[in-house]
Amino acid sequence: MRDTTRDSQRPISADQMLFDEPRIEHFITGSEAVAEAVKRAGVEMAIAYPITPQSESMHLVGELYDQGYVEDFYRAENEFAVMAAIHGAALGGGRVFTATSGPGTLRAMEMFPVWAGARQPIVCAFMCRGVSLPPSIQPENIEMSMLLDTGMIMLHAENAQDVTDMILASFAIAEMPEVHLPVGVFMDGFFVTHTREVVQLPPADLCLAPYCSEHAPVPALNMETPPMRVTRDPLLNKSNFVSGAANASWHQEVLAAAERARPHINHYLGGTIEVENPEAEVLIIASGTAVSQSREALRLLSAQGVNAGLVKVRSIRPFPTDEIIAATEHARLIVVPEFNAGGWLAREVKAALDHNSRVVAGPRVFGGMSMPPGLIVSAVNEGMQARGLA
Amino acid sequence: MTAAHILGAAAHQEGLKTTVNPFFGAEKRLAPAESYVRIASEPIFERGEVLYPDIIMIFHPHVITMGKSYTMPFFEGLAPGGILLINNDGPIELSDEQLARLADLDARLHYLPATKLAQEVSGTELSTNIAMLGGLYAIRELTSMDSLVHAMTERFGGGKFIASATTAVLDDAVKEKFGKVSAMIEKNIELIEAAKMRVVEHPVHPKNASAS
Repeated sequence: MRDTTRDSQRPISADQMLFDEPRIEHFITGSEAVAEAVKRAGVEMAIAYPITPQSESMHLVGELYDQGYVEDFYRAENEFAVMAAIHGAALGGGRVFTATSGPGTLRAMEMFPVWAGARQPIVCAFMCRGVSLPPSIQPENIEMSMLLDTGMIMLHAENAQDVTDMILASFAIAEMPEVHLPVGVFMDGFFVTHTREVVQLPPADLCLAPYCSEHAPVPALNMETPPMRVTRDPLLNKSNFVSGAANASWHQEVLAAAERARPHINHYLGGTIEVENPEAEVLIIASGTAVSQSREALRLLSAQGVNAGLVKVRSIRPFPTDEIIAATEHARLIVVPEFNAGGWLAREVKAALDHNSRVVAGPRVFGGMSMPPGLIVSAVNEGMQARGLA
Repeated sequence: MTAAHILGAAAHQEGLKTTVNPFFGAEKRLAPAESYVRIASEPIFERGEVLYPDIIMIFHPHVITMGKSYTMPFFEGLAPGGILLINNDGPIELSDEQLARLADLDARLHYLPATKLAQEVSGTELSTNIAMLGGLYAIRELTSMDSLVHAMTERFGGGKFIASATTAVLDDAVKEKFGKVSAMIEKNIELIEAAKMRVVEHPVHPKNASAS
């Protein structure tokens, strides 16, 4: 193993990294925030294939390899090759990181359930952009809806600060022996990746303590525990009672592992949701940068004399069903603005609530359009009028 | 985009709240790109395009003459009393309708031969963005000049080289780089000062408008 700069970093726990260490203010882009998190995460291997708007982040991670903060790095042939190789590196017991965007996510699709099914603590960032519906490199997060049932934990960052904190927390959450699932950290392309803003970072001479694959529920495949047919054959085919039962119980265990992530998400990120003014009759529920636009909308609504609240959904999987039921107890109108045409968050929210005619599924913008806060205000005003709340 | 990042870094240096973000489509020469800088004393949440800008800077006349703009007309959304600064050697012909709208907005229209000046002073059109910042500061000083120079130094010096210069022992390579950066910054300051002198405000009255 080569000498690395990482050897000069002091390994500490995720709790120390996220809660105890003094933060230093930086004025950086979201892509730089990704790299700063990876620099402090003790990553052993990163693999990538460039695609806008992910390219800058993984370019910077490549520089971290050059500087010795990441032990190994290469550019694979395409996104499927990236995600398959990351799977291999994680099977070998390494702490790994990668990232992709939009069409890259779709190209690599087969591998995401494979990661979850193999119970691998892979951390992957998704710099969300349009897919070819029609072709667009611009911000929107429709790809998230396509990953909802891949078994991975899904966190949605609002800004560059979230990106840093969520990536660092993701390694801790993913590597909990009772969780041991891949974590996707999602950020809206450009609106987060290419936006320069203030980010508070822990010192760079610290890194997360090494991952111990001996604590994994599925042992790493190395010279001590060589690959065995048991890892695949009994699960693959329902050829007898044992293999069928093994498959079913294994699948349930993947889903249960995501449930067991909840207390860790609460601990490291301060909750699966964040609620502002839960007593209000009018509530906006959003994730990602739609939260930022909603914060501006709250200012405008307040100036109109409308008392509105906001729920920021941090964790998309596991979905905070109970938390959202509790947070919407007083709400008579729930507006769900989104940066995608499908409206997947509104579907999730509607599925969580009994009395879901309160939900207005929109406004929605996509294909790189900005979401004017006034558009959210209009949706609130119209929704209030329709419900006799105005 | 470089100008936007420098302006944002200057505002951050000044202790103001600021965010900077670009927007672009096809990444090729002469394809249009927009970059947005928000500066405030209150926290800024809004992201993406600035829909109602107070200041619009046009870095290439093609934006107007060839319609390489994300909005039509190019000043769509300009706030009342807004400022326009256009890089061109002399005024660009705008339609009466556009001039009437600018007059209604009480907009202030300025021209600066930024590319020409960049070639004259810095010997490269790549410094057009710096000349445009000079032009902006002649119209409205959004930060102190010190903060602007600090931001430029950070941008072109790689930040960390400069920040550690007073405390760390610099090896020869870094010293050499530092020397080059200083020369570049001095040239940029000269260009900014030259640009400040060359901004010309142009009236926005439509040609056929009756005098009032």
